[in-house]
Formats: sequence, C-alpha cells, structure tokens
Amino acid sequence: MSEIKKNWGVLAEFANPAELLHAAQKLNDLGYKKFETWSPFPIHGMDDAMGLSGSKVPWITLGGGLTGLSIGLLLQWWTGAVDYPLVIAGKPYFAWQFALPVTFELSILLSAFGTVFGMFALNMMPRPYHPLDNVPAFRRVTDDKFFLSIEVSDPLFDMEKTKALLSELGGTGITDVEE
Amino acid sequence: MSDSNEIYQKDSIFPPPLVGGKHDFHSVTEAICGVVEKPLSINWLLALGFSSTFLLMLVASIGYLFWEGTGIWGLNNPVGWGWAIVNFVFWVGIGHAGTLISAVLFLFRQKWRTAINRFAEAMTIFAVICALVFPGIHVGRVWAAYWMLPLPNQMAMWPNFRSPLLWDVFAVSTYFTVSLLFWYVGLVPDLATLRDRAKNKLAFWAYGILSLGWRGANRHWQNYERAYMLLAGLATPLVLSVHTIVSFDFAVSVIPGWHTTIFPPYFVAGAIFSGFAMVLTLAVPCRKLFGLEDFITLRHIENMNKVILVTGTLVGYAYAMEFFIAWYSGSPYEGFAFINRAFGPYWWAYLTMVSCNVISPQFFWSKKLRTNLTVTFILSIFVNIGMWFERFVITMSLHRDFLPSSWDYYSPTIFDVSLLLGSFGLFFTLFILFLKFLPAVAISEVKGVMPQADPHWEGYAHKEAH
Repeated sequence: MSEIKKNWGVLAEFANPAELLHAAQKLNDLGYKKFETWSPFPIHGMDDAMGLSGSKVPWITLGGGLTGLSIGLLLQWWTGAVDYPLVIAGKPYFAWQFALPVTFELSILLSAFGTVFGMFALNMMPRPYHPLDNVPAFRRVTDDKFFLSIEVSDPLFDMEKTKALLSELGGTGITDVEE
Repeated sequence: MSDSNEIYQKDSIFPPPLVGGKHDFHSVTEAICGVVEKPLSINWLLALGFSSTFLLMLVASIGYLFWEGTGIWGLNNPVGWGWAIVNFVFWVGIGHAGTLISAVLFLFRQKWRTAINRFAEAMTIFAVICALVFPGIHVGRVWAAYWMLPLPNQMAMWPNFRSPLLWDVFAVSTYFTVSLLFWYVGLVPDLATLRDRAKNKLAFWAYGILSLGWRGANRHWQNYERAYMLLAGLATPLVLSVHTIVSFDFAVSVIPGWHTTIFPPYFVAGAIFSGFAMVLTLAVPCRKLFGLEDFITLRHIENMNKVILVTGTLVGYAYAMEFFIAWYSGSPYEGFAFINRAFGPYWWAYLTMVSCNVISPQFFWSKKLRTNLTVTFILSIFVNIGMWFERFVITMSLHRDFLPSSWDYYSPTIFDVSLLLGSFGLFFTLFILFLKFLPAVAISEVKGVMPQADPHWEGYAHKEAH
C-alpha cells in the first residue's frame, strides 16, 4: 500500500548562530510567518528576529499560584474550623499566621506545576513524531547544527523562490521535508 | 588539573573562561555524552556494588525497625528525638546547595553555575530522598503514615495544621517535587541530545520517551527559557522557606536552646554551607574520574570555596550569638542549655562542631588553599562531619531538660548507625546511577555560555551585514 506523501516544507542548514539569526530576521522582514529556527541552545535575540510575541507561560504560573493559595487557605480553614473543630494547645481553630507556611508551600507547588505542564502544553509536547525526523542530517540539531524550516502552508511559500531565498541567505543542504 | 590550572594561574583582570581547553559545540557534546555512552567500566560496577551494599543495609535496618519498633534506637525519656531527626535535617540541608546553585545563582546571572548545576540538582534530589526516609520511618506505626496527608478517613479527622511538624511535611514534599521538576526541565534538551546520538534501540526509546520529542525549535526555547526562569524564581523563596520551616520544628517548641528567633536564618546558612561542601566532596573526584576538568574548572571550585567561607563564618557568628542571647536573656534555663552544650557530657560533639564548621573554612581565606584540590576535598569532608554534629548538638539539648531527675544520656545503638550509613548507601547508589545514565553537566547550557553561542561574537563579525 503506497500513500502519496505531501510536502511539509523545506529545511536549510546554517553555519552558525549569527547566520541563522540574520536569515530569521530577513524572513520576518519579508513577511514569512510559518518558519522556525532550530538550534542546540537558545540564541540570544532570536525571539525578536523572528518577530515572536512574549511567552504565555507566566499567566499559567500565576493561575497555578492563585489556585494553590486558595486551596491552602480553604483547606486549613475548612478542616480546622468547620468540618472538625478541635482545641489543640489552646490555639485558635483558624488564623492566617499559622496557615502561612502550608499556604505558601501549596502556592509554590501549584505555580511550579502550572509552569512546567503549561510550558509543555504550549510547546505541544510530548511530540513523538515530527516531519523533520525524516531528514537524517537534522539529528545534529541537538548537537552543533543550526537549521531553519519554512512550511508550505505559509502564504508566501513558493517552492522555487523560497529555496532560492534560503540559499541566498547562506542556507546549505536545502531539502524538501515530507509530512 | 594541569590544563585548567595553567589557564587559571595567569594573571589577568578578566576571569578565566567558563569552559577550559579548546572546545567547540560538538566537542562539548562528545565530552559529556561520552561519559554516558561508554560501556560500563569495572570501576563503576565496583563503586555501585560497594554503595548498594550499604543501601541493602538500609533496607534491612528499616525492615527490622518496622518489625520491632523504634525501641531498637537509643531513644530514652528526655531524648525522644535521636539520630532520625539529626539525619533528616542533615540531608535536607545538603540538598539546599543544589537549589541555590541552580536557582539563586541563575537569577543573579552567575554563568559559572552552568557547569555544576545539573550535578548539584541531582545531589539535591537524592539528598531529599534520603531525608524523606527518616520522617517516613520514625513515626512508629508506619502503616498510619498517610495520616500526615489531608486525606478523608473513617475517623473523620484531619491533620493538625497548627503543628510545625505538618508544615514540614508540606515544605519538604513541595521542595522535593519542585526540585525534581526543575531538574527534569533542565534535562529535557540534553536527553534529546542523547536520543539523537543513540546507538541502540533501548537507548533511543528510553531517552526518546524522556525527552518528550524535544527538537530545539526556537518557539519551544522561548517558552522553555521563560519557564526555567520562573521555576528559578519559585525555587528561590522555596529553598529559603524549607529550612526555615525545618527550624520551626525546633524553634516553635519551648525547649531551652531551641526556642530562639535566630534559628531560621542560622539553619538556612548552615544548609547552604553543608550543601556546598557536599557538592565539592562529589565534584572533586568526579571531574577527575570522568574527565570533566574542562567544565568543572578551578574557577568553579574556588567560587564554591568562597561560598563555604562566607556561610561557615555566618554559622560561626550564629553560634556566638546563641551564647550571647542565652546570657543576655537572663533566663537561667537558656543559659544552662548553652553552658551544658559546650562543657556538659556532650562537650566532644560541640568541640567537633565548632572545629569543623567555624575553624576549618577559615583556611579558605588563602587563595592558594582554596585552589588546591586536595585541601578542598579534605576540608569539604570536615564540613560535612561538622554539620552533622551541629544537628546532633542541637537535638541533644533534650538530654538535660527542666527536671534534673529525668536527665539522661543518649547513646546510639547499632541500628542508629546502620541507618545513617545506609542512607549514604542510598545517596551514593542513586548518584552513581545518575553519573552513568544521565548527562552530568548541562550540555545545552554550557554551549549557551560559550563565546561562539553569541550571534554577535567577534568571530562572526564579517557576517554582520544587516
């Protein structure tokens, strides 16, 4: 059974972070949207070069933190003062002072959950398969190689022109990537 | 040592480079992944065998403890808290250096941390696992240990949130969870490196699943870096809160020598002090054994020794202040507790504590000594011993309480000793496994601090057309 493979996009390799940054800047200036740079470490200035807006992770962190804060206070107040009030060492059933440590810890815990799971969710991870896995050279991206990909779904994408542009920007080993 | 030492000794106003030797991105990957990809060595197996023997001793001792009860320990009537709490506080404290290196130094943009943070975070996690063993097993009726958690039960009772011991449950378990997440997030790009280099199916699948499909997209790095910074920001107050809350276990009681406001900062300083000592105890031999001298350079060792000097001096100051306040408070019980600490039956423990914690770090005023690996290693062991004794000295405040007729002397039994040694077995077994199966140095972070990682590096200058 053979199936017709669709094109996902093109991939080009760049020699170093400077050239990759330069190419990303150029593509952004030209109005490309669905392109991505791939590197073994985050490159300083790349977010601006690609014209990305800020990360949404902090909002999820804040949501997690506020949830933890509420759970911490409600849990200690409801269990101690409502569900089963019990006098222990003459202390009040509930007071914010003694509730602070547990509330603080739960706020941190849920903020951390929000940060980590929020980050993975925004990155759509885990992602076992990606079209780029079909390019053997792409394996070096986690080692020392720098890549740039443009998807065919980008409105400006034109197989010939886009490849020529990537080559002009210094891209080498330009390959079609199948879906 | 020779290579990085030469670089180090040159007089220059600029600090020595963070990565020694002549490395490019690929050679960094090779050097760090090489440790993981090499076949198992006989030395590694011997080390694992040795440490897991002690782990077995821990398991057997815990088994006997569960069978027989806490009566197998040296506890007596005034001393209701023995080595279990000493070991617990000791191990939690060790963990603090890992978080300090990974989170606090990250927020202060101390780039030198990148070489040691993975290592130190692993140490944190394994130390906290060791710490969690002790409150877990000391409860007497282990089958009721879940009462520490707010779970609905047939008695319709809830945990007592007014007790610092319960705060401790939340603090230490949160600390463990957040440290584990922080460590894992840091590991993901490096696990992807190992996945992409995997030579066999098992390694490919194992690292592939763990790396969650990381491929280094810039949109991913953007969220990743933001998340990492937020985690560092969360871990920083967390690490300060953990040992503060641990100190509340003592400070919220009414025992002379425990009921003092100096405890939280004094415990935190001591925790950082002992943790850095443990990082050095592990780092000095490991960099040699695994050929990581270009990454964990003398500059790193010296910086850590400076932290030890500062925190050791802080701890010494706290010891002095405890005495001063005991006298200044005018409370005869408080005064007695401290005179008894220094000159009572446990004078030898107090002397060990002061010599190891206050005197030994003072050698690090000398640049020659703090850049000497042998001296560093020996002094780090002294600090480890001293900080264990600090917790012992504090806990032994119990042995002479308000009522002289109930005074007693605490001596450990063989099971106290086997549990402590066994916890070292657990720690080193986990650490030895970590060194072999995970990258001991953060690969992507080290690449990120190399000069050629900066797109505006002078080597690329001719390409700067835009």
